Amino acid sequence: MVEKTEIKGWSTDEMAQKVAFDIPDGAYVNLGIGIPEMVAGLVPEGREVIYHTENGLLGMGNSPEKGKEDPELINAGKKAVTAIPGACYFHHADSFTMIRGKHIDVCVLGALQVAENGDLANWSTGEVGAIPAVGGAMDLVAGVKTIYVITRHTTKTGGSKIVKQCSYPLTGKGVVNRIYTNLAIIDVRKDGLFVKEMAPGVSFSYLQTQTDARLNQ
Amino acid sequence: MINKLVSSAKEAVSNIFDGATIMISGFGEAGSPIELIHALIDQGAKELTIVSNNTGSGEVGLAALIAHKRVKKMICSFPRTANSTVFPELYQKGEIELELVPQGTLAERIRAGGAGIPAFFTPTSVGTPLAQGKESREFDNTTYVMEKAIKADFAFVKAKAADRYGNLIYNKTARNFGPIMCTAAKRTIVQVQNFVELGDLDPECIVTPGIFVQRVVLVENPADESRLIAENRRYPW
Repeated sequence: MVEKTEIKGWSTDEMAQKVAFDIPDGAYVNLGIGIPEMVAGLVPEGREVIYHTENGLLGMGNSPEKGKEDPELINAGKKAVTAIPGACYFHHADSFTMIRGKHIDVCVLGALQVAENGDLANWSTGEVGAIPAVGGAMDLVAGVKTIYVITRHTTKTGGSKIVKQCSYPLTGKGVVNRIYTNLAIIDVRKDGLFVKEMAPGVSFSYLQTQTDARLNQ
Repeated sequence: MINKLVSSAKEAVSNIFDGATIMISGFGEAGSPIELIHALIDQGAKELTIVSNNTGSGEVGLAALIAHKRVKKMICSFPRTANSTVFPELYQKGEIELELVPQGTLAERIRAGGAGIPAFFTPTSVGTPLAQGKESREFDNTTYVMEKAIKADFAFVKAKAADRYGNLIYNKTARNFGPIMCTAAKRTIVQVQNFVELGDLDPECIVTPGIFVQRVVLVENPADESRLIAENRRYPW
């Protein structure tokens, strides 16, 4: 039976919490701009995680108090941050040595589309006349050991973001390891997409109706 | 005697020529040498190729240089930022060229340029539109694309302190592209907030050795870009 009503599933906060739960103690983590940033505040107590920001800081802390922002202490989203005790600064070539050299354990990114083979599109819709901007996204997916994507399951107009093949320009080929959406957590394996967990009220058949790519149980 | 300190930003940028390639440090406003860029606007060199991560904000610093039509081409990773309107408008009109480079590839191309390495292979951008037309090669069953080094005629860099040999230290995340750009330009011009005696900088903590620096300018109170933008300031004032 196919349900017709829309199921909201997990909140953004709950999605970020699911990601945070899967980040192991001692991990070096790079969080993308936007929803991925929420993960930092939700890592379970007792785990020590070091945050990397590609503009040259390892040991990124919380946002500063109002009035204490330093324009020369920012994250990759150009927002004011703080540095934890034990933090260090470095230049861009060192920063991307950490990324491309596979020293960073986990990267959490947003997505426009993820394909069933792990292809990711998250930097451009390929729209004619748009100003292309890529930043560090292609380096992150090419170099970080584990890539988690956190995204709404569908677009604002209800289209599937988890697709057979990306129609938007790729950020990287076969790079995504796991997808966290408001409806489910899905592992990307060599043999396809496997549903690891579903949000309350979501059935496998409902999930498949919301997903362009083929899912496995 | 070696003394790389010059008396003004104006003097530091005096010999920049039309058609030059200039690397400009900074990630957003952090580390952007605004006073050197403003001196370059006054100096008048045009047809420039600029290598910088972004394209500037508002109408100060790099955005003001672009607004004055001095820049022929931008080589950068992220040409649009909050408050960046100058570059997008010229780009849409076809009045400025863009070479879009992934951020880590941009950093490594600069590093390679400074290190005397003409090209390298990277996994970044394989299978994406940014790898199109580039040579690729397999190593250990993985595909890599070849990227060429970038060198420049000049680099403009902002640092925290220098001595007369040109040894540098930086401030927090304003370091970003500064140290690698210093190495990749024929003439590196650095604006610093502090000029110190030889020996004041701990040799264990110097980030850029003075050999990579040709000129140092003291700018004790550099402009705060976001404040200038909030105040709707435009250069020249």
